[in-house]
Order: sequence, then C-alpha cells, then structure tokens
Amino acid sequence: MASIDMKNIVKKYGDGFPAVNDVSLDIADGEFMILVGPSGCGKSTLLRMIVGLEDITSGDMVIGGKRVNDLAPRDRNLSMVFQNYALYPHMTVYENIAFPLRLSKTPDDEVRRRVTEASDVLELKEHLERKPANLSGGQRQRVAMGRAIVRQADAFLFDEPLSNLDAKLRGQMRTEISRLQRRLGITTVYVTHDQTEAMTLGDRVCVLRKGKIQQVASPRELYEQPVNLFVAGFIGSPPMNFLPATPEGNRLRTPFGEIELDEKRAAAVAGHDLLLVGIRPEYFDDASLVDEAKRPLGSTFRAKVDVTEWLGDSQYAYIPYEAPDSIRSQLRELSKELDSEELRTQAIVSIDATSRIREGREAEFWLDSRKIHVFDPQSGENLTRDAEAGAELTRLATQDRLEQAEEAGGRDTDARGGATAVGVG
Amino acid sequence: MTTRKKILWGIGAFFIVVYCLFPIAWIVSVSFKAPSDLANGSFLPSELTWQNYDLILFGGASDLFLPALVNSFGICLIATAISCLLAMFAAYAIARLDFPGKKLILSTALAVAIFPVISIVTPLFNLWRNIGLYDTWPGLIIPYLSLTLPISIWTMSAFFREIPWEMEQAAQVDGATTWQAFRKVIVPLAAPGVFTTAIIAFFIAWNDFIYGISLTSTEAARPVPAALGLFTGASQFEEPTGAISAAAVIVTIPVVVLVLLFQRRIVAGLTNGAVKG
Repeated sequence: MASIDMKNIVKKYGDGFPAVNDVSLDIADGEFMILVGPSGCGKSTLLRMIVGLEDITSGDMVIGGKRVNDLAPRDRNLSMVFQNYALYPHMTVYENIAFPLRLSKTPDDEVRRRVTEASDVLELKEHLERKPANLSGGQRQRVAMGRAIVRQADAFLFDEPLSNLDAKLRGQMRTEISRLQRRLGITTVYVTHDQTEAMTLGDRVCVLRKGKIQQVASPRELYEQPVNLFVAGFIGSPPMNFLPATPEGNRLRTPFGEIELDEKRAAAVAGHDLLLVGIRPEYFDDASLVDEAKRPLGSTFRAKVDVTEWLGDSQYAYIPYEAPDSIRSQLRELSKELDSEELRTQAIVSIDATSRIREGREAEFWLDSRKIHVFDPQSGENLTRDAEAGAELTRLATQDRLEQAEEAGGRDTDARGGATAVGVG
Repeated sequence: MTTRKKILWGIGAFFIVVYCLFPIAWIVSVSFKAPSDLANGSFLPSELTWQNYDLILFGGASDLFLPALVNSFGICLIATAISCLLAMFAAYAIARLDFPGKKLILSTALAVAIFPVISIVTPLFNLWRNIGLYDTWPGLIIPYLSLTLPISIWTMSAFFREIPWEMEQAAQVDGATTWQAFRKVIVPLAAPGVFTTAIIAFFIAWNDFIYGISLTSTEAARPVPAALGLFTGASQFEEPTGAISAAAVIVTIPVVVLVLLFQRRIVAGLTNGAVKG
C-alpha cells in the first residue's frame, strides 16, 4: 500500500545517452498505472528504476513517502513479474511462490497458509508440487504472479508480463490481472507496448517517447484528447489517419474534400499554412448508410477504395491519397517511431460491416467532423485539444476507481480477515 | 538419414572406438600376464594371472603404490575442491559484474593455462625446498591449483553466463541479499556446471606427472603417476611392465567411476522452464 512519486527522474547510461529523461510522475495509492510506448522509449528502464534494479542518475524516487533512491531492491518491498517470468527451475511451484516468505523467515504454517491462499486465487492448487519446466506458458505466468502476490508488497510491478503468451491466453490473463488488481487494491505499475493492454487495464496511462513523458491520462482522455501527433498515432488501432490540410477561413481543404470547423477550432488553427488533420477510422462511414439526421454534422466526399477488409463485425477500407513531400516524409518518420512501417499515404476508414463498397470502385464516404483534431505538423502539437474535457474524462476515471476500490474493500475485508488494508483513497 | 548413411556412420564409429580403446584393452591384457608371459607374442595372456595385482596391492610394490594412491586421491580432491570454490566466485564475478581488468583476468588465466609446466618446475623445486613445501601435500596442491584454476574459471564462467540474469534480479526483488541470491538461486542452477568443472579439474590434477615426480621424493606426497615410474622388476633383468599395467588399470577405475557417477548430474537443460520456452 503505497503511492509512488517520481520527481525529475533521469537515467543516463555510460555513453551519456538519456534512456529516461526528466520524468515526473505521481502514482496514487491503489492506482493501476500503465507505462506504454514503442520499443526503446525507456518504459522498462523506468520500471526497473522503481524496483531498484537500475540506478537512478538523478531525481527522486519516493515510495510511500520514503525516498528509496539508495535502497537495495530487497528493502523496497515491491514485487515484480518479469517478462520471462524468471521462475526458479530447481524449485517446485510451491517453493517458488513461497520463496519471498522463506527469505523473510516466515514461520512454516504461515507460509503454507499464504501460499495456499495465493494458489487458490490463481488456480494453481493442483500444480503446487510440479517443477516450472513441466508447466504451460500460462501456468508459469500464474506462478510468477503468485510469487508477487504472496508477499504483502507495497506495489506490483509488471514488465510486459503477457508478451510471451499466445493471443487467446493473453486476453484471459489480461482480465485476470485486472480482476486481481481490483481485488487486492494494490498500487500497480505495468509496462507494455501493447495498446490493448494499456487501454483495458490502466486507470491512467503514461505514454513515453524517447525517455520523455508525452501524456499521462486516463485511456479515454488519451483516445479523445491526445496532446500531440505521437500520442494520437500511438493510441488506437487501426491508428488515427493524418491528412494534410490547408485552412481557408472556417474550412480545411483536405484530399478528402473540405471540412468545416466550428469557431473555436477555426480560431485555434488560424495562422498556419499547412496542417495535419487527425481523423480516427470510426469517424468515417459509408455515406449511403448514414442517417439523414446525422449527415449535416459532417461532410461527404468521393474516393476510390484500394482494399477492403471485412472482419464480420466491422469492415475497413483503405483509401490512398496524395500528400505533399514534407508531410509524406514526416508521416513516414512518425510511423517508424511507432514501430510500424507505413509505405504509402493511405487512410484507413471503418465502414459498416453491411456496406457494399467494393475494392477498386469509387464510393461516397461521410466523415464526422465534430471529433477531428488538427495538429501542427512542425511541433506535432494538437491545436484543437480541449484540455478541460480531457481532464474531466480522467477525473471520472479516477472517481470510478475509487468507487470500485471502496466496493472491493467492503467485500474483501471479511474474506481476507482484515489482514491487508485495502486502499480506499 | 538413410539406412546406407546409418551403416557408414556405424562403421566409422566402430573404427574410432576400436582405435581409442585398443591401447586400454592392451593394458588390461598385459596386466593379467605373468612376467614370463609378457613376450608371448599374442594379445591375450596364455594364462590369466592376478600376480601383478597381488604384487602392487599386497606384495613388494605395495609400499610404493598404496601410499601413492592415498596421496593422489587426497591431493587431487583437495586441489579440485579449492579450485572449484575459487573458480565459482571468480567466474560469477566475470560473468555478472562489470569491473576494470575483467579481460585482463581472463587472458591471464588463459596464459597461465598454456604456460609450459616444464619451464617452471625447476625454479619451483628450488623455491619449495627453501620454504619447506618440498615433498608435502600443499607443495603439490598449490601447483595443481595453477593447472586447474584457469580451465575451471573459463568453463564455469561459460555456465554462469547461461543462467538468465532475471533469476537473480527476481530473487533480489523477492528480498534476497546478493549472497542469498547467489547461494539459493545461482549455485543450484550452476550445479551441473560445477560438477563438470570439478571432473575436468580432477582429471587434470590426477594425470599430472611432472610436478609429481619433481616436487616429491618419498611416499609422504608422491602421487600415483610418479610412483608408477619408480616401479622396478623383481630382478635387474625383469621388466616391471605387468605391475605398471595393473597399477594403470587400478588408477583408471576411479576416473571411470567418477564420470559414471556424475553423468546424471551433468544434465544440460536444468534451466529448462526457468524462462519462457
């Protein structure tokens, strides 16, 4: 039970390269914080600095009100699940889970009680006498979690714990982790590069890029009010489309026709020659399937469809467009940074699964202009971000979390015999 | 693999095995020959006799052979134990820690290993005589350490490198001190490596002849290989070949037993299941 406060944390390696650069982040008691970003953004390094496996070059790491910069990992009372689980192969599952307790010289019957409790939660009961080598990937993962929860640690740290599981198991374990965290109400820091995990698990998500924090917000705020191009492009799958645009009064001229802006946005984008419009795939639709009532809220345009992908519940269409060279190279840069390789400038639009739009034909699309964002291509900054609306989304998420924690706390105090105080604020 | 390939491989393997084991078979055969039978011109003895074994274990040569056997065992086991312990710490440091001079230590170890023994044995002989180590157990254990340590450090650091770093970090996060992490996690995992190293080190010490013959003079410390060289026949005109062969067979037995014993321990893949897999 502890909050984790980071103040101006810097990690420089021997060659002076800052892997983590001036990160300040406050993680509240009981909060589920996700560190996310493309590979090499410093998220794992940051996690390892919290747990003490990596030295902190400068800045303060404060856990539960105590500065821990110079404490060894064993004195920080945190538990961690490693990417490759790091189970002890020479010990049985029981001894693996009991290991932290054995180190703290816990009496045998207490060890048995706690290990049994943990193995019940994780459904490992029938495997307790087996060695890790004889377990499946998912079971190993659960043993690693067992080892983490058996101790009354101040916080859980996860380092991409699901990246070695296959897709189906990953989904199951994801909900399992979420349930467990809600139940135990323990501060959790979770590193991932998978944005599904980031969106579904986190109370708040911290997006990192090249060792710097881009935005810390609830998943909803990240999605709806991204602070810059990077966050907008990173969060969401398929990713947000970026179209080049030139402003003309209240209108934006784009490859997909003209988009009308409300006054507030028009004022925000005034004074720029070239802009990038960010439109999420689902803000588009097949114009023929849009309600008459909704139609005037957006604009329609005709475009030739390159490829369509029908997935049963949804359908995506790929529409190539022309962009000026400067924009093109910038978009390529951005997609490279996001660990993907975008070869052509094309928009991915989500259309209704029943739509009869076909590949290679021209079709009419509708786009909802209410939710678009406009970015400055130079700085990447989101010009139309509504900070207040965003903050409101995060505030609501925090409130949700506290309510849930309170509920879980009331439920759990009987079950756990009050042994652990569950964070309620 | 086709059947034809299999047959060819089988034939090849057969010849190699015969080529390797023939001298040993010969020694065994000679050890069962009576002195008069040595030159009988055939591979097998004309009459099987335990005479040679009797001579070295209970007869005239037993004064020479039995103390040497005890010396060899004692000295080699102690040298192996010390060398494994030292090598374990050194290899751990080399595999895990970044410190200045790491490369230097490794290359020095290698240099020591390839340094010809014969060139230092004379100065060592003088030095040992002056400081009173000549013809004592420590007088052999110390040079044996110089033979076994380099190879032990090299093999063990290779084994330590195989153990995932995360194991140890996980132990530290779980509340272990560096020493506890080493003892409870790394050492059990490195056990196969330690056993392999121990066996190699033991063989090296066991097989040494030059130090054994040069740094000892009595049965106080003389090891078996040196003792074998001092065997004499019953008379000036009799070759001690039979006795030497019998002694060689006896000396080979512990080596074979050691390998068979620890074979099960030297199971690679103990780390299976430690990490994703």
